[in-house]
Amino acid sequence: MRKSLPFGLKTENLLSLGALVVLFVLSSIASPYFLQLRNLLNILKQVSFSGIIGLGMAFVIIAGGIDLSVGSMTAFIGAIAILIVNWLGGGFWAIAAAWIGAMILGAVAGLFNGILVTKGRVAAFIVTLGTMAIFRSLTLYIGNAGQFISNSDAYGNMGMSSVLGVPTAVWVFFILAFLLSGLLNRTRYGRYVCAVGSNEKVAAYAAIDIDKIRMLTYVITGVMVGVSAVLLSSRMNSVNSSDTAANFEMDAIAAVVIGGTPMTGGRGTVWGVVIGAVIIGMINNMLNMLSVSAYLQGTVKGLVIIAAVFIQRGSARSRNGG
Amino acid sequence: MSDVLVRTSGISKEFSSVRVLDDISIEIRKGEILGIIGENGAGKSTFIKILSGIYTPTQGSIEFDGRRVELRDAAAAKRIGVSLIPQEFNLVETLNVYENIFLGEELRTRGGLLDRRGMIAHTRELMKELGAAVDPSASIRTLSVAQKQMVEIAKAIKIESRLLIMDEPTTVLTVHEIDILFALMRRLKGKGVTIVYISHKLKEVRSVCDRVMVLRDGRFICLETTDALEIDEMARRMVGRELNQIFPPKRKAEGEVAFRVEGLAVPGLVAGLSFEIRSGEILGFAGLIGAGRTELAEAIMGIRRVSAGRIFVGGRELRIRKPADAVKAGIAYLSEDRQGAGIITSFAVHKNVTLVSLGDYARPLISRAKELEKTRFYVDRFEIKAPSLDARLENLSGGNQQKVSLAKSLDTDPKVLIVDEPTRGVDVKAKHDIYAFIRELADRGLAVMFISSELEEVMGMCERIVVMREGRAAGQVEGGHITEEEIMYYAMGIKEGV
Repeated sequence: MRKSLPFGLKTENLLSLGALVVLFVLSSIASPYFLQLRNLLNILKQVSFSGIIGLGMAFVIIAGGIDLSVGSMTAFIGAIAILIVNWLGGGFWAIAAAWIGAMILGAVAGLFNGILVTKGRVAAFIVTLGTMAIFRSLTLYIGNAGQFISNSDAYGNMGMSSVLGVPTAVWVFFILAFLLSGLLNRTRYGRYVCAVGSNEKVAAYAAIDIDKIRMLTYVITGVMVGVSAVLLSSRMNSVNSSDTAANFEMDAIAAVVIGGTPMTGGRGTVWGVVIGAVIIGMINNMLNMLSVSAYLQGTVKGLVIIAAVFIQRGSARSRNGG
Repeated sequence: MSDVLVRTSGISKEFSSVRVLDDISIEIRKGEILGIIGENGAGKSTFIKILSGIYTPTQGSIEFDGRRVELRDAAAAKRIGVSLIPQEFNLVETLNVYENIFLGEELRTRGGLLDRRGMIAHTRELMKELGAAVDPSASIRTLSVAQKQMVEIAKAIKIESRLLIMDEPTTVLTVHEIDILFALMRRLKGKGVTIVYISHKLKEVRSVCDRVMVLRDGRFICLETTDALEIDEMARRMVGRELNQIFPPKRKAEGEVAFRVEGLAVPGLVAGLSFEIRSGEILGFAGLIGAGRTELAEAIMGIRRVSAGRIFVGGRELRIRKPADAVKAGIAYLSEDRQGAGIITSFAVHKNVTLVSLGDYARPLISRAKELEKTRFYVDRFEIKAPSLDARLENLSGGNQQKVSLAKSLDTDPKVLIVDEPTRGVDVKAKHDIYAFIRELADRGLAVMFISSELEEVMGMCERIVVMREGRAAGQVEGGHITEEEIMYYAMGIKEGV
């Protein structure tokens, strides 16, 4: 019997967890500042926004899809959230409305992607490439290519807030990871997501409604985008229509892949996304501390993604016994 | 010159310290057809994969035509004239016949462009040699299974093959197509090609092979001339014990009508079929491949759109629009396409068993303990051999995979069970088990729809058989006087009438 690991971790996580530990040791040797609590929390906070989206992306990828629209969608929903806050006067109820509105909007946007992919039978890559352009363009149009600035100090304070010394966004990231990990591993829906991604025909013959399962993965991702959009826009207390959440799709997909979920779908892990996101954050942090040009950080990130898939493929092959 | 083409000396193969092939030393003679038989997991596939360079042996050596050879990969084996026709076709569906045959070895004109005319001409010659009516420019997608097989064979004999290895080539062929294949094998043999032939169908082995080797649990059991080995004896040596009665005793069902289908039609595939099955009855469905039997089952399950017809379970009419409706009404389906539609090979045993019935284990969190408990029940009851309940299904043999698939279908507690080619690609022991389980299920009151292309098993299992042809019931045979000929007459349209 395979021994079960604590915290819902799976054997797939071990590789990325090992990489995390190695990076951690290397970073603490490279810079004395690395191990300072403030720096560590800062890393977590930086990766939380795209990491939250990565949690939903894991479901999409496990079910055999992809969602490229999440970055633009974050900017779009963040902008709408700020408009709601301003419109309703910026108080508690305005912020509550922004939260609810953002999540509903995210669910609807995800549903739109999901319907086109399942009922419309258009490849997920194409659908979400299209909606990626649409959401960014709508944001630019509504904001006249400028900034959405919130009039509410309360909104901005929420974005900067901490609980027990840990930034709110980090709490949200971990709580959502816990919940979604349970959804993936302990519920019918999660099992069916893996089944659909492994073998669609078997799933269909097993009386699983594959379209519904798939569609919901995009809805989950949309809701995660809604959450991330509120956290991100409140942290800055503004949204820049052209570059807020730019490349979030890449960071989210990278976190999923580095965390050990194969792009071919069928299996994967939610906690792996957390590990993957933290690995990306630590690498960026180390590059900063070693004063490597910010422009080169993308190169490193790209190499890490490719290396992660390369290593996973090697280990999958050895597991299958040649 | 010696008459030995291949000599293996002490060949063994281990996978992560599990010995799957143990000390095989045999000689394969030039120009013979050598059959290899054995249960699933006996080591047949491993042995031929070593011969064709896909696996390297852990121990032992191979001599080819008197010279010791090291077959590092499939290309090395190909160079000395060994070709393998795999069980699963290796054709690019979107390309056409000649493009597949010359894939990776395209002929070129002097200018460096593709020599299409040359390749087509060569392909036409190959097909003529094989006696196969296949257009070199036809797209693979448009070919029948038998024609695809001809393309695979053409690919193999395009290079000067001296040793041709066939892994269960007849599994998907109809009787007529099998005859063509055997004629071809004899013709190739006449030209001096040596053939190694793996099959589960002992009758075929006996009719086409000169000698036959029996493997069991990775070990060599015997290698004898085919004439010296009766079919019963082959089966006995494969299993290693007496298989006294392969089919359980038939019983005439006296129960109520549990399942009734009236005028079911699927455009172009099933033309208004009606039948009824009593509780406790196993109703056989025979016919040639393409007669519409699988399509009928899929229509009942809500996988195919139905244009007309009514379905009743226990007297109540159903409206089946999707598989979930059929499952809810108590109909279970064991698909003919095990790996394609039956099980998820990357899932563990217990996750496959509960795939359809997962709702019973989740409220809303899945109880792993309950899942494992139920899986243990099926593992014991069906004698499923698995390294552990957590093992992925890809690590189980075909027979055990099929038992898991059956457990999956039964875990919904159905009233009607549709089995479609339930023993395809399954060894003798597992076949025996599966027959016994199906009989037992019927005895407990299930209505069973038994679809099979193997006449012997339909006749062995069923009291009543519907013979389908071109989507219709061409005839129905019943009682003790069923003969193979009668079924074939209906199946091929020589005889009509229900």
